[in-house]
Amino acid sequence: MRDLLDLRERVAFVTGSTRGIGWATAQLLAEHGASVVVAGSSDLAAAEARAKELTAGWGTPALGVVCDSREPAQIKAAYRTIHQTFKRLDVLVNSAGVLDDALIGMISDDALENTFRVNAIGPIQHLQAAARLMRRSGDGGSIINIASIIGVTGNEGQAVYGASKAAVIGLTRSAAKELAPMGVRVNAIAPGFIDTDMTRALPEAKFAQRAAAIKMGRVGTADDVARAVLFLASDLSGYVTGTVLGVDGGMLI
Amino acid sequence: MTDESTLRKAFVDSLDIAPDTDWESLSYRGIEEWDSVAHMRLIAELEDVFDIMIETEDVIDMNSYVVARKLLGKYGIDFA
Repeated sequence: MRDLLDLRERVAFVTGSTRGIGWATAQLLAEHGASVVVAGSSDLAAAEARAKELTAGWGTPALGVVCDSREPAQIKAAYRTIHQTFKRLDVLVNSAGVLDDALIGMISDDALENTFRVNAIGPIQHLQAAARLMRRSGDGGSIINIASIIGVTGNEGQAVYGASKAAVIGLTRSAAKELAPMGVRVNAIAPGFIDTDMTRALPEAKFAQRAAAIKMGRVGTADDVARAVLFLASDLSGYVTGTVLGVDGGMLI
Repeated sequence: MTDESTLRKAFVDSLDIAPDTDWESLSYRGIEEWDSVAHMRLIAELEDVFDIMIETEDVIDMNSYVVARKLLGKYGIDFA
């Protein structure tokens, strides 16, 4: 029986994958046979340790790299390394992200620039480099951008974060149209409220308030998002491109 | 040193141009065949033929055959 979730012979690059949604995604892709490139923003030893965990757990080749999405030179270097090591790339998961809430009137220039560099500019640079490697293989590929429900609906205190994630959605839809003829699919996932280090950094009352707005009665997990990534990375979604898949448990903002 | 015929063949194959093209005057958008879509095909061909990954700035700057020959030197590809 053909396994449509089989990712053997495929190479996946997951940004921001030493923890949170990225790490859950890296593990699930490796579990399904993918060779995985793990990327952290500063700690090479941590990324390499995660890569070793993947190889030990599932026997798949894995590589750890440092790739800060604010540093274009590191992004270029990462793709050179992937080219030298694997000669191909089949899946990119743009998972690195920052959350820095501020009310309008209290948004600093530094916070604005940092959020856009990590959440929007970095993913564009990754997508551009990844698409070239995917085209070269002739087999196409799948690019999955982790957006956010906030980029769709907006939320008070999250004008910058919401704008950066809305940019990711615009990127997804445009890139999907441009890359479809080359067999490269581009989709976004819009997670709702997910239990990660990033959301745990919120004040307790705000965490509880957001959790209470979820119709399914529980906060989402990194694994919930990773499973949606697996769907979009695999042949199960072979005719799906340009979509924004909500993974939010029926969250209302 | 690499034989320049390898570079010319990459241009011929990816742009679908004649082998006796005037190489010194060949430029991006200077002929109908070398448009933006063909440019990305050319870049992919050059990357495959020479087993390199060309940086985005060089993809943008590579606006003629002469420039391409020079830029490839950055990647250790020098022509005899």
